[in-house]
This record gives sequence, structure tokens and C-alpha cells, in this order.
Amino acid sequence: MFRLEVRSSTPAWFNLALPLLAIGAALVLCSGLIALAGAGVLESYGVMFTASLGDSYAITETLVRAAPMIFTGLAVAVAFRAKFWNIGAEGQLLAGAVASCFVGAIPMPGPLAMLLMAVAGAAAGAAVALVPATLRVKFKVDDVVSSLLLNSVIYYALMALIEGPWKDSFSGYPISPPIEDSANFPVLIEGTRLHLGVIVALIAAPLIWFLIARTTLGFRIRVTGENPEAARYGGINVQRVLLSTALLSGALAGLAGVGEVGGVHFQVMSDISPGYGYSGIVVAMLARLNPLGVVPAAIFLAAVMTGAEAMSRATGVPAFLSDVIQGTALLAMLVALLFTAYRIRRVGAAQ
Amino acid sequence: MSAVFEQIFQVGFLAAIIRIATPLAFATLGEMFSERAGVLNLGIEGIMLLSAMAGFTAASLSGNLWLGVLAAVLTGMLMGALHALFTVALGLSQHVCGIGVTLLASGLAYFLYRLIFGQQSVPPSIKGFQTLPIPVLSEIPVLGPAVFNQFALVYMAILAIPIAAFVLYRTPWGLSVRMVGENPRAADSAGVSVIVTRFQAVILGGALMGLAGAFLSMAQFNAFTFGVVSGRGWVAIALVVFGRWDPWRSAGAALLFAFVDALQLRMQASGLGHIPYEAFLMLPFIFTIVAMAVMSRNAVAPSALLKPFRREER
Repeated sequence: MFRLEVRSSTPAWFNLALPLLAIGAALVLCSGLIALAGAGVLESYGVMFTASLGDSYAITETLVRAAPMIFTGLAVAVAFRAKFWNIGAEGQLLAGAVASCFVGAIPMPGPLAMLLMAVAGAAAGAAVALVPATLRVKFKVDDVVSSLLLNSVIYYALMALIEGPWKDSFSGYPISPPIEDSANFPVLIEGTRLHLGVIVALIAAPLIWFLIARTTLGFRIRVTGENPEAARYGGINVQRVLLSTALLSGALAGLAGVGEVGGVHFQVMSDISPGYGYSGIVVAMLARLNPLGVVPAAIFLAAVMTGAEAMSRATGVPAFLSDVIQGTALLAMLVALLFTAYRIRRVGAAQ
Repeated sequence: MSAVFEQIFQVGFLAAIIRIATPLAFATLGEMFSERAGVLNLGIEGIMLLSAMAGFTAASLSGNLWLGVLAAVLTGMLMGALHALFTVALGLSQHVCGIGVTLLASGLAYFLYRLIFGQQSVPPSIKGFQTLPIPVLSEIPVLGPAVFNQFALVYMAILAIPIAAFVLYRTPWGLSVRMVGENPRAADSAGVSVIVTRFQAVILGGALMGLAGAFLSMAQFNAFTFGVVSGRGWVAIALVVFGRWDPWRSAGAALLFAFVDALQLRMQASGLGHIPYEAFLMLPFIFTIVAMAVMSRNAVAPSALLKPFRREER
């Protein structure tokens, strides 16, 4: 028999190695599926690697894809820190995309448009996140379920827009009108899609880290999450902290949508997010809810997504492998986290 | 408005409600067993999707629908066991593990479906379950054709409700499930293995979720598409809350939700004004959120829900 035993201390290297172990385990486990598809495992992973990180263009493509996941990852990390179970980053992202698209279509000077797009997108995401938080605080409605269900509501609202008032009357395609050219986020490197929003995402991570680690609000968020009773005893208004956390989390998720509209698609369509909101949960867990860890975690998932498409073209392995890797990595990370708090001890059969 | 009322009392409308309610009833009962034992299973959406895929594949390759149902149920049980392994045996966060199971199961469903059937412009379909009229009962006016001229899986769902209630409230195992969900420490002292009982409940729940998936791909749509489940799993989780963790109330909640859903389908079809049909698609989800807000005031969740059990810890 084996038994889990509480660790008195966790070696520092262990904390750093954990996400790498989880990622490695996920890749090993998924290699069985590659073999099942009749392709070479090393060859397939090789194609994924070169297509996502192999040259400077590939790296910029991966960064472009990582940007929304940095934002949703930060959104989830902040929320989970306060034990506000925000599973609704997907809907908040979509709301942010729609709001920024509205603003971006209004003619005005470029910089002003971009600023207002960000404000509108963040506000829309925050407003959506406020719903499950308010329902939890006022009516004790489980935030997991309500934030999940809201994803569907927002998705259908988006569909109603692009198939209704926004529909392209000329082509009949269910897509929104494009934003003004002046509102398109500037491209940073000629010939790539690396846009301003990616830099904003990369800057957001240390800012959110600072907010969580060094400010009063961050302190309140952490205490509320770790021990709400102690927080209440210490004079923290737990309900208010939950609502603030929801606003912050939703705003971050909304910004993910702003970046997709302003920097990548320049309009809104039904598949503007391939599940970036749910990937945010994987990113946040791989990062162990540390805002700084969100950046490498998002880049890893983005690399898997970018690489999987190339791998699919080259070897015929379905690109959905990237979804499987995400799920496996999340579960592997959870198991790995267990070993920071516990160690496995062999227990004699006589026990 | 009177036109709407006329439509409600049509045989076709009643039959539609029953058919929409069937997968929800299976899924809701499955989630209820899991939560009654203290384990929230957010893997439900993915488990239903993977089961729908497995059932469709097995039926399509073997030509036998019941083999498909078996494959779906086994897939559901397997994924239930996986969720239990993480949440019960290892005591990991039920929220995050559930999302992980959903991501993994959905990814596997898409991946394996593409691998087996390739990319086709028209998705392959099967000849799904046919309606099976029950003699005499199906002769009853209105109710007969609506309720007793249905798929075999519909009858199974109807039977599953009293069986679930009996198992939960009248059998020793049901008592164990309720004990480990309410007070695992007391159950442990009484000699009930918390771990084993929770495993059993989550796996049974997975089997029911598998039946829900089987119904979708083999009776309702007769094909596997990536949108075959489209949020029904999440709805089931809400319906458990709405049904206050009771089999009868949960099934009732599924029926009520199906009524709202069937109504929106009818309103869509009747082309009510210029309201986009997505507004109707939203309706059941908004309804569920509002209903939860109203019901949650006096809803009492199993007290050990979300709490892992480790014997050594106090």
C-alpha cells in the first residue's frame, strides 16, 4: 500500500520543475494517440516544435496566439486566488470582443479609438463577470454553474448580433462590419501579425503580479481566498473583495477579446475564440495561479495549438490533439501540485 | 397568444418535450448521484460528448444500436472513474478536475472521430432508434402517442427516475451514498468506505451521462457532430441545484427546462416578429440562471460537496 503523507517543506527546485513535469507527462501520454494515428511520435512533436518556435515568424505567430490566453489566464488566476470560481472567461472574452468592435467601428483618431476599445472591452467583460459574483454574494448561487451558463448566453447574444443587425447585407455572411482601419492595432514587425496587443498582454502579467503581491487589494484577494473566516475577522469585507475580484477578472478576460478584434480579426465572427476562455483555466493552473507564470504557460499552449495545425498537415494526425494535450496537461499539473503538499510513502502490508 | 396555447396542447409538442427532457433527465440523475456522494462532476459536458461519439462509432461500425449504447455507457463509466480517481482518491479540486475531464474528453471525442471517420463534407449518419409504440398505452388520447410512442431510451429514462429514487432512499447503498455526501466522517466510523462509495456513485453517474450521450447521437440526431451536446451537460448541473438533489425534483426540473426549450423551438418556427432565433436559444440558459437565483435561497446542497476526504486528516 501507498499512503500520502503531508510534507513539512517543499524543495524550491520542485516548485519550478512541476509545470515542466506536468507538460512532459502530457506529451508522453498523448504520444500514444499519435502512434494510434499511424505517425511517428518524435517526428510529429518535431513538426509541432519547428512550426511554433522554430523560426522568428513562427515565434511571432505563437505569441499572437498566446496573447489572448495570457489575458484569460490572468483573469482565471486572479479569480481563483480569491476562490471566485470564474469559469466564464470565454463569455467575458466574447463580450469584450463585441464591445470593442462597436467602438472600433466609430470613426475617430486611431490612438483614441484603441484606448476606447480597450476601455469598452474591459468594461463589458467586467460587467459579465459581475453577474455570477453578484448572484453568489446576494443569492448564494454557485458561481461555477452561473458563470458557465453565462458563456452560452453571451455566445448566443453574439450570434444574434452577427446574424441580425450586424449581418453583412451584401455577402450574407454572419460577420460583423470591420472596425475602422485607423483602429487596427499597429503591427510591430513588418511581415508578421505581431500587434500592439501582444505587448500589452506581456506587460499586463507583471502589473497583475504587482497588484496581487504588493497592493492592499491583492492582499485582500489572497486572504479572502485562503481563509475567508480570517479575512472577515480581520475586518475585510469579503463580499466586496469578491465583487472587486470579479470586476478585475472580467476586465482582463474582456481585454483578451479586444486584442483579437483590434489585432487579429478586425471584426467579430462566431469562431473568434477557439475556447481561449477555457484554455485560460489550463494556463492559470500550469502557472500555479502566479501571474508571472501565466506568460510561459500561455506561450506553451499557444505553441501546441500553432504546432498542431502544422503537424496535422504534415503527418495527418488530427489537429484536435492540441485539445487533448491541454486537458491532459491540466490534469497532470493537478496531480503534480499534489506532490508539493504531500509525498508518497510506502506503507507496510500489515497496516 | 392563443395560437401559442393551441400549440402547447398538441401531441407533437408534448412528444417534443419528452424527447428534449430525456438526455437531460439521464444527465441530471447522473450528476445528482455524484453530488449526493459529495463529488461535483464538471466533466459531464465532455463525458456526454465522448459517450455520444463512442456510441455513434460503435453503432456505426457494428450496425447494432445496443452495442452503441453499451459503448456509450462504458465510456461514461470510464470517464467517471477517471474523475473519481482525481477527486476522490487523490482529493484534488473538483472544479478544476472536472474542467480538465471535460477538456480531455471533448478533445478525445473530436480527435478520435476525425481519426476514424476522416474529414467529410457531409457527416456520416446511422439509422438511429425508431419509435416503439407500447400496446394499449399508446392508444390513450394525446398522452398515449406523446409518451408511449417513443424511443426505447425514452422509456428507460422514465423508468430511471423511480429506480433512482428507490436506490437513493430505500437501499443500504443509497443510504451510504447520502451519508458520505453529508457526513463522511460519520460514515467512516459506521464502517462505510467513503472512498469506495464515492467511486461507485461517480461511476454510476458516468454511466447515466453515457446514456444521455447515447440518446443524442443515436436517437435524436443519428449522427455525431461537434455541437451534439452544446451545453446540455452544464444545464444538467444547474438542474440538479434546481431539483434540490432529489431524483423526482431533478427529473421535474429537466421536464420544465424541456418545456421552455420546446416552447422556444416552436416560437422560432412560428417566426415570431423579427426576434432573432438566437434570442430564443439564450432563453433556457437565462431561465436556468434566474431559476437558480430563486431556488438557491432554500436549496441545501450535500454538506460534504466539494470537500475531499482523507482519513488521516482532521
